Amino acid sequence: MTVMSSLARVLAAGSKTPQRVTLYRHLHVSEQPIVMVPIILAGETNAPLAVMVGSDPGQPEVIVTRQPRERAERLRFAERLAGHLLFPIASMAATTQRVDTRRPELSVRATQAPQVWVPNPAGVDYVRLLGRMTRFRSSEGPWAVAPSVRQLGIWLTWLAEQAEFADSCVLVPATRALSAVWATGQSDVEDGNLAAVMAWLAPPPGMAIIDAARRAEDPAVCPPAGPATDPTFDRLFLQPTLRDLASAATELARRQVLHRLTGMLVEQMRPTWDLVWQAIDLLGAEPPAARVARRWERQRDRFTAFHHYVSDGGYPQAKRDNAVRGAQRLAEMEQRLASFDAERAYDDPLVLADYRLAGEAFAGEVVASDPHRRVRGAQRSVTRPLVTVTTTDPVRLDVGQQVHDPSRNGQRALITSLDEATDGWIVELELQDKMGRGRAPEPGSVPAVGDEVVYTALADTFVRRGRAWPARENIPWTHGGPPPEPVPVPEDAVEDWS
Amino acid sequence: MTVIDDRLNAIRGAAPRKPHNARTLAALAANPGCRRRTLMDAAGVNKALIADRLGYGMTVGQMSSIALARGKSFEAQVKAEGGNDLLRLLRLHLDLPTAQAHYHDLNPADDDDRISARLRRSQRALEEAARASDPVGTMFDHPILQLTMNGVRVHIEPDLIAFKFGDRFHIVEIKSFPIVDGVADSGKVAAAAQQAAVYVLAMREMLQTAGLSPELVSHEVILVCPRDFSNQPVAELVDVRKPLASLRRHLTRMESIDTLLPILPPSLTFDLVLDATGQPTRSPDDLAASVAQVSARYSPDCLQSCELAGVCRAEANGTVPVLGRVVREELGGIDSIAEAIALATGGRVPDDSQREAARLLRTAYQMRQQALEAMR
Repeated sequence: MTVMSSLARVLAAGSKTPQRVTLYRHLHVSEQPIVMVPIILAGETNAPLAVMVGSDPGQPEVIVTRQPRERAERLRFAERLAGHLLFPIASMAATTQRVDTRRPELSVRATQAPQVWVPNPAGVDYVRLLGRMTRFRSSEGPWAVAPSVRQLGIWLTWLAEQAEFADSCVLVPATRALSAVWATGQSDVEDGNLAAVMAWLAPPPGMAIIDAARRAEDPAVCPPAGPATDPTFDRLFLQPTLRDLASAATELARRQVLHRLTGMLVEQMRPTWDLVWQAIDLLGAEPPAARVARRWERQRDRFTAFHHYVSDGGYPQAKRDNAVRGAQRLAEMEQRLASFDAERAYDDPLVLADYRLAGEAFAGEVVASDPHRRVRGAQRSVTRPLVTVTTTDPVRLDVGQQVHDPSRNGQRALITSLDEATDGWIVELELQDKMGRGRAPEPGSVPAVGDEVVYTALADTFVRRGRAWPARENIPWTHGGPPPEPVPVPEDAVEDWS
Repeated sequence: MTVIDDRLNAIRGAAPRKPHNARTLAALAANPGCRRRTLMDAAGVNKALIADRLGYGMTVGQMSSIALARGKSFEAQVKAEGGNDLLRLLRLHLDLPTAQAHYHDLNPADDDDRISARLRRSQRALEEAARASDPVGTMFDHPILQLTMNGVRVHIEPDLIAFKFGDRFHIVEIKSFPIVDGVADSGKVAAAAQQAAVYVLAMREMLQTAGLSPELVSHEVILVCPRDFSNQPVAELVDVRKPLASLRRHLTRMESIDTLLPILPPSLTFDLVLDATGQPTRSPDDLAASVAQVSARYSPDCLQSCELAGVCRAEANGTVPVLGRVVREELGGIDSIAEAIALATGGRVPDDSQREAARLLRTAYQMRQQALEAMR
């Protein structure tokens, strides 16, 4: 959190209305989102109890385990879930478009990528753990499962891994997506509860926000968004029903209990299901930022590449990363976070304001401009206009530092002098590029006197760091040495069976 | 019975004492500045009932009965056959040289077994074991320990202590959250470490009182959890030096009850005045007035650890701490939300302590307005 978002929270609490923290939505919202509302059995490791899944807000698919304590049933549950998730993934990967790219290996891109919505970050953990539980399953041997179970595991793991990246949008926790756009007048602890956030953003008709937020905390009216269930629900409803299920003597009796169980679980999931769809609608109605489409393209590239990997019979992801894989992932995370931060700041004045407050960017008015100034370069003279800007922002930049102009596609400028004025700074800049090929700069490429301009030290360019990582067989002993070959071991299938 | 105990009993009223446990101690250490919680916990007040009566009932820290049952069965499984399984586990995962060990059951003998009797029994057994030079280890199941906390003695009950791996006591914590691929939920491990630190501290205190070296209790506790998705237990060593140090610091910083009591009105009580059917008859307004006499220090983290959090949040309505720790720190020195807005919009002149925060707020507000207007 930053000063800007703290201010937004304070304003929201004072005015009792939510406040924007960004002007635009920086998350791509798919036209065919898949919503997943899972709940698990308390006390067990991610033991699936039920899930509501699907792309039709009016008609959720409901999957309930026949016996949550039985491990074989958990895998049958995964098999049924696979039926609902793998089909959209496969059909999205099947529709591709050609793209012009310098990289030869990727000349097609899927026109769609899956976007799975879960209510909260705990839902992301659920996806990760369910992926871990299923991806090492073998479809042969004594503990054989349907091949789709393993496929599901690989895809769920991919989704959860992608969710660790700041700019990814294939697995979206609704609470976080909402908090990225709006600040509520409550703390982030309360904002972790989807019902409480939605109480601020879309209170039930005729209800005041404060009452709605209070109501959202009553698990009897607003069941928790999962995956964990409400302890009172467990004690009063779930536990007796599970007991009945275990003791049901006939198939008919069992089916009756199961019917009852399904009914009560649907009651627990349905409100959250509706809230997630409402959240998607709210976010979908927001204007997207300019660079959202580009990020979604990159995301679709990653999806396409991973789909190729899977259809070529790729191994399930390792349990732990080896040293090189870990370093690569960290580097990628840092890089994607940095470029996501820069892109958001370029697109959104409200995000940029945070950098202005910190002195890493400034906005001001052009007081002098010399667009035709030329200096001698290495071989020939080049256009290097000088622009002088006055600003009241607290600038914390240095002479010689490179800054960029977000509104001119990241045009580079060097700070040539910095002088303190009575209320702010006078900054002189030398523009470096993006002025066209001609002798004179293209019209509009150099700000004129009186223009409002913004410069920031953030660079929007996508830097691929050409680090030489050792090959897996050359990992030095200091980093664990070469990892063992990823051969699926049959014990992986055994481990859960106790 | 001391004077302090009498006062605390009066504050609690007729309700049965709600004893501290390691979890409440750890939670208290998380917010040591809260007088209200310090007092109510010391007096053994049932905070959930108070919150209910005030109309802010909350289900805080309540564990699912299903999870509890599963936790119990896992613990029983680990300790089965006189700890045989546990020994095997310690040999296997931690390379502890434990060929065999005695098993000393300190569980209550029957329902009438008083806690003070169990405490004496535990103390005698543990001290004896500490002095003995027997190379064979001993496991103590459910001993009772005692910790002095803001002037009040508190009884706590760890799951198990294993003795003499080397020549030291190790606390064993059995938890039912999983360790998947060698990694467990960091929040849960931290909570477990906090709890274990309470046990280590209590045990060291006990040995010290008996004239023995507190160093006999290892700062490495043994955490036993289910592995991956199975019921198979796995053991890991957890270093609790950090939580131990912070716990000690909090305990010394915590206001002692004997300095707190004199500044409270002598008639103060949180008695709900139950009628014959067990229904509270005390008027909520009267109760609220009593509660308000002891100051609280609310932070949103309380919502996860204190039953009274709803009451304190309502009371703190309109103040900056309600918006969370980060906002509070960002707006250092400004306590009221209305004041923060007035400073941001320029409707109020900041005093000396607020100047820095106010300047930042004012600039931020202008930038915000500028951006929002451009959008329109």
